[in-house]
Amino acid sequence: QLYSSSLDGSIKLWDFMDGIPIKTFTVGSKLLALYALASFEDSLFVVIPKSGERDTFQLVSVKLTKAAGQDLEAKELSVVLDGVDASPKRIAFGREGEYVASVKDVNLQVYFFKQKQLNRFSVSAVKTKSGNNRFTCVACHPTEDCIATGHADGKIRLWRNFCHKKEYTFSTLHWHHDTVMDLAFSVEGTCLLSGGVESVLVLWRNESDCQKDFLPRLGSAIEYISMASDGTLCCTLHTDNRITIINSNLTFAKSIQGLIKSANVKTGLVVDPRTKALVLNGEPGHLQFYSLQSDQQLFSLDIVQRQYIHQAGLNQTDLVKVAFSAQGQWLATVEEREEVTDPELQLKFWFYDEETQSFKLNTRINMPHEDHITDMCFRDMDELEEDSLILVTTGRDRVFKVWVMVEDTDPEAQQSVSWSCDFVGSYHNYQATNCCFSEDGSLLAVSFEETVTVWDSVTWDLKCTFCHPPGKIRNICFGRLTCSKYLIGATDHGFLCCWNLLSCALEWSAHLNVIVLQPDPLSEHIAAVSWLSKESSLFVFKPNEPRPIYIQRNLCREKIQLAAFVPRDEPETVGSEKYLWLRRSQLFFLTDTQELMTLSMKSLQERLTPSSKQLAVEESLPVTPFSLLLGKHRRQRSQENTDPGKILVRNKREQDSPAVKELLHTPAHVLPSASFLCPVFIDSLLISKENKSAEEVADEVEMESEKTEDDSDEEGDVIEMEQEDASRVESLGEVTCKLSKSQEKELRKIRKMDYSWISVF
Amino acid sequence: MGEFEVHRVRFFGLVPAGVRCLAYQPRGGRLALGRTDGAVEVYNFAANYFQEKVIPGHEARSVEALCWVTGDRLFGAGLGGEIAEYDLSRLCVACSVDGGGGPIWSMAANSSGTQLAIGCEDGSVKLFQVVPGGIQFERNLDRRKGRILCLSWHPSDTHIAAGSIDIFRVLDVSSGQTVQRVMVNYHVHKVKRECIVWSIAFLSSGTIVTSDSFGRVQFWDWERGTLLESHTVSTSSVLSLAVSEKEDSIVVGTSTGATYQFQLLPVKMGSLEKRWVRTKPFQHHTHDVRAVAHSSTALISGGLDAQLVIRPLMEKMQKKGYEAALRKFTFPHRRLVSCARKARLLLFQFSQHLELWRLGSTNETGKDGEVLPLCRMPEHLLQLKSKGPEHIYCSCVSPCGSWVAYSTASRFHLYRVQYENDSVSVKKVPKVPKLLLPAYQLQFSTDSDNLFVASARGSVHILQLLEPGSCKHLHTYRPPSECPEAVYLLAVSSDGHWLAAVSGDWAIHIYNLKCFKHHCTVPTYDCAVTALAIHPITNNLVIAYSDQQLFEFSIPEKQYTAWSRTVQNQGLHKVWLERDSPITHITFNPKNPSHILLHDTYMFCVLDKSLPLPDNSALLMNQSTLKQLPETARQRQLHAFKICKKFQPLLFADLLDENCLVMVERPIMDFKTQLPLPIQQKKFGT
Repeated sequence: QLYSSSLDGSIKLWDFMDGIPIKTFTVGSKLLALYALASFEDSLFVVIPKSGERDTFQLVSVKLTKAAGQDLEAKELSVVLDGVDASPKRIAFGREGEYVASVKDVNLQVYFFKQKQLNRFSVSAVKTKSGNNRFTCVACHPTEDCIATGHADGKIRLWRNFCHKKEYTFSTLHWHHDTVMDLAFSVEGTCLLSGGVESVLVLWRNESDCQKDFLPRLGSAIEYISMASDGTLCCTLHTDNRITIINSNLTFAKSIQGLIKSANVKTGLVVDPRTKALVLNGEPGHLQFYSLQSDQQLFSLDIVQRQYIHQAGLNQTDLVKVAFSAQGQWLATVEEREEVTDPELQLKFWFYDEETQSFKLNTRINMPHEDHITDMCFRDMDELEEDSLILVTTGRDRVFKVWVMVEDTDPEAQQSVSWSCDFVGSYHNYQATNCCFSEDGSLLAVSFEETVTVWDSVTWDLKCTFCHPPGKIRNICFGRLTCSKYLIGATDHGFLCCWNLLSCALEWSAHLNVIVLQPDPLSEHIAAVSWLSKESSLFVFKPNEPRPIYIQRNLCREKIQLAAFVPRDEPETVGSEKYLWLRRSQLFFLTDTQELMTLSMKSLQERLTPSSKQLAVEESLPVTPFSLLLGKHRRQRSQENTDPGKILVRNKREQDSPAVKELLHTPAHVLPSASFLCPVFIDSLLISKENKSAEEVADEVEMESEKTEDDSDEEGDVIEMEQEDASRVESLGEVTCKLSKSQEKELRKIRKMDYSWISVF
Repeated sequence: MGEFEVHRVRFFGLVPAGVRCLAYQPRGGRLALGRTDGAVEVYNFAANYFQEKVIPGHEARSVEALCWVTGDRLFGAGLGGEIAEYDLSRLCVACSVDGGGGPIWSMAANSSGTQLAIGCEDGSVKLFQVVPGGIQFERNLDRRKGRILCLSWHPSDTHIAAGSIDIFRVLDVSSGQTVQRVMVNYHVHKVKRECIVWSIAFLSSGTIVTSDSFGRVQFWDWERGTLLESHTVSTSSVLSLAVSEKEDSIVVGTSTGATYQFQLLPVKMGSLEKRWVRTKPFQHHTHDVRAVAHSSTALISGGLDAQLVIRPLMEKMQKKGYEAALRKFTFPHRRLVSCARKARLLLFQFSQHLELWRLGSTNETGKDGEVLPLCRMPEHLLQLKSKGPEHIYCSCVSPCGSWVAYSTASRFHLYRVQYENDSVSVKKVPKVPKLLLPAYQLQFSTDSDNLFVASARGSVHILQLLEPGSCKHLHTYRPPSECPEAVYLLAVSSDGHWLAAVSGDWAIHIYNLKCFKHHCTVPTYDCAVTALAIHPITNNLVIAYSDQQLFEFSIPEKQYTAWSRTVQNQGLHKVWLERDSPITHITFNPKNPSHILLHDTYMFCVLDKSLPLPDNSALLMNQSTLKQLPETARQRQLHAFKICKKFQPLLFADLLDENCLVMVERPIMDFKTQLPLPIQQKKFGT
């Protein structure tokens, strides 16, 4: 059985095998952390805010009544510790629940349950030059009276003899140069694991400073460490939305990752024409190719090719711009290092090598512009021969540059072509901000602050200029297909303008604060996302008429930063007139909290059902995607575990890990026979039949993946949407999008149902 | 405070010798310290850790081990192969016995104080019986190859654990046989290096604790010869180890300068199972920590960087305060510099030679804080090398600069120095009177006519100096009651009328020089005298004690002065009392009779008796705040103590004339560079 707590003040008891909530206890106030102990069978410990005081929290024990019934009130609260920290890392229960340790700022509190004794210790608050020594996390030895605390200056202190107020003692372990993010003891307590921003997992043996082992290069900063109850595995949760499973001998076992969360998505959402994967910043200095269909990172391309130093406050080279040519043959990247005085810039051209199936560096240009590059685009001409391929970059140094391929004259060069600058254009010494090619590639539009200039792409003559003062141009794009005579521009003064290129006049304009302007490459539709009064709204229109064909207000509360149309493999059949524009491609959004969302045209009911049927389909697939699926669920659960709103009971959770592990390590040929699994399939089929839906599998996979894209650090940011919209828009970030209670239960029921067959093992 | 022209002297190249061994005597609260040059010092913990006694070293007599026997007898043994008993009242070696086994590396006394065991180069452990007046060889225990580097008795005196290279042995005292032999490098594979057991301790539970050159502290069950616990504390050697009396705490010192504490702690609350846990690391030293000791309330460590560090254990302290402060001693608590005021010379005392320097001079004047250019550089006039292996006890230069005297353990030398233009000639005074040697302190009279020699048994000799270079014994002062202790401090009044002498029992006797008789005794105050001086005008004796108390005693009236009584009634400022280095020199300003100039290692103070004493709420060190105040406010804030901390560490300060000071500094960095390089350690971020 499994307990979960949520911010709305309820504790739920689940049967996690069947995925059925058994009981709901209502506590009343926000629950920020939940702890359950084997030695306290009928009570749970939760952290709640202290009434009447802001930012003060207390640890209380909640008595769970044994009464029957689904919804129960749990009003019997008794305060254990006052003035605790809200973070679940900062409270730990000691050996057999004898004591509880809590850290906040420079104070450590230990409360002994039996003796009802509270001891307070503090470290000196002086800020030394090596940083401050605030407590950041705490862990208790499983068998001995020993508390390990992590500090902001990278030290780990091991406290002993803390049952005496005066004769306590501690020893110090110091390896981390920055904050110790989390600590965990091994099951026997012989080893201590610690992690921090260095992204190195440190194993301390026998509490000795000299006997330590490292597992370096874990990719990104370690946020949480958790140990399996049988001691064979441990897992670390990283800041970039990834879980690493590590064997007890400190070797890397497996990594579970979906969309990598990077500090700042500067590249925008780009679709790789070849794989239809979403391309954006991944690990620092890398480009991730993320498959939407399988919720998988296809690969990570190292663009910067430099060692990343895991240290806070360093300016390191990062990728800022990405552009693909129409066929995906060429990839252009821009990387820069943020320096106050002079930024370091590099423009790189990558050629797709068919043999190695990867991109190969073709040309590297140092300092392509004097200042930051603002935009970059290829001339998209599918039918034309290769040497007409042009790249345009615009820079803050008030010019735009045209780059063309030239034959390499150097006989020693291994490649036949390289890129060089062909033309430099400028307009009245304004900063160039955006650039865009028309569909046929004959015209180039470059925006210079308030003005849009249109250039002939053959002769590089300035054809005409458009201007809609006041306000600088934020986005421009050409219309497609039937609307290719239109040029759309959005200004930061809240206007969306459409110019007719034939008449060189303003066709129409609308007052709209457009953040993102994204044309669909396969249709004439253009999506615009506006940000108004703390809500994002979506407008889809055709340039030839000033009326939007689709409006979705209150898309989400977060600011949408980026959007991309991803072409569908085959056009959907769309029943509703309203969703006709989604027929050929699908629209994805990325918000500033890095949640990836999409618009779906099906009702919630339809979309929720197939997951059980899905499982049956997946079952017949080879092991890799299967285990991946399982892994996704695992990850989801452990993310919930780390979420303060939903701390699961650890020891309960760990029970299924051997079974899952067994599955993960079972090769396809030793999987149980189909007949063995048959009842499970039938079971799942029965449920799907109930709902009488028949969607395509591809779509289901997609949805499955969407649900699992959970960003671990978006704690408490619950997306609230109006009830009628909830059925239309799916928020990917949170599984707990605001559905009605019954819907939510159903959703969980169906999702948890997948596990029923596991119990067979 | 007044303005002074200051000679900032930094050419005293003193390099204190490293600490080799420590022996703590819990009942007397005394710590014996052996230095690498063979000197032995005794610190009195009851008297604010004052360096009470110093026995200068001897070239041929190194000290490898020290131990206290039956409370107050101190024995030392060294690579010279001899065991010496020290006479702590006469501050010299009372008797010495050859160990007969080559260089002695270690020595330990049993708990009852009847036997001494020594570990020798030839691998033998020898037992000596402690008898009144000396020691007697008793017998040899089982001899094996390999020098015995460390020894420890079992508290029941039945067994001895002896550490050697790669092994340690347990010897049965009654049979003399080796009953256990344990290889300590058994667990280290592929390492061909030898593993030196640097230090060993035998606990009453039968556990043997060893520290070795692989950086490990290991706990063994001696009967089974099995390893109980092993803690690697360092990548380099763990050189020293000491156990507390209750055997619940261990301190170890490593060659990286770090010390660690181990504590025996219960594994679980309320359970009996206990385990040794490494708890606190301390990094007070820069070089090898060769010796550690464990008192009931503090960890004591001494390193090759010449530092003695006393780190109190906070949890054993009742309250925060003076006792709970960390203490570090690098420099001796007595002065090694003497000054010829009139001739403007400085005499520096090293362990085996003396240096005479003439101070530089300048014609210019400047504002406060300015550095004046020198028109004549300080000049090294003379270097006097002491002959023989003995180190110098004391030295002095006469105020006129023409006499220099020093004493070693067995010899007394007096020189006549003559200055002719730029050349200096030294002539040894022949036929110095045979005195009771060694001399513990030398003091010339202000007119340079007499030399006072502090001697053993509380006596002071007076020698008359005659031109052109001879002397004669004039008189010997003895205290009215028999005193076994030697005189260690002298003060002469500038009118040549009075002499004050302090002996090792802290009694201050005042003698009348005109009528050659004992004048009076200053009322006993139960603390060590660290400095004293007689005021040139009022003939008041100013006394500084090691608990930082100040007294003024009027010699003509034979009683404490009114000011001294006010000081005692009001009490001194808390910050003043909590300073951790004793006043080592007192002098006066003849222009300002109310001023007393005193200094310790970290500050120089002008004490103005005419101003009110500060109370505890006032700021003691208020010179910098006073400077910013307007005149009227400044008057209100003024108090008697005017403290200057600009010169550190200050070894000597004296007033040359009414507005000219000489300050002798020895910057720590200057002498650290003369020490051997410490172990190279990678420091993060460098």
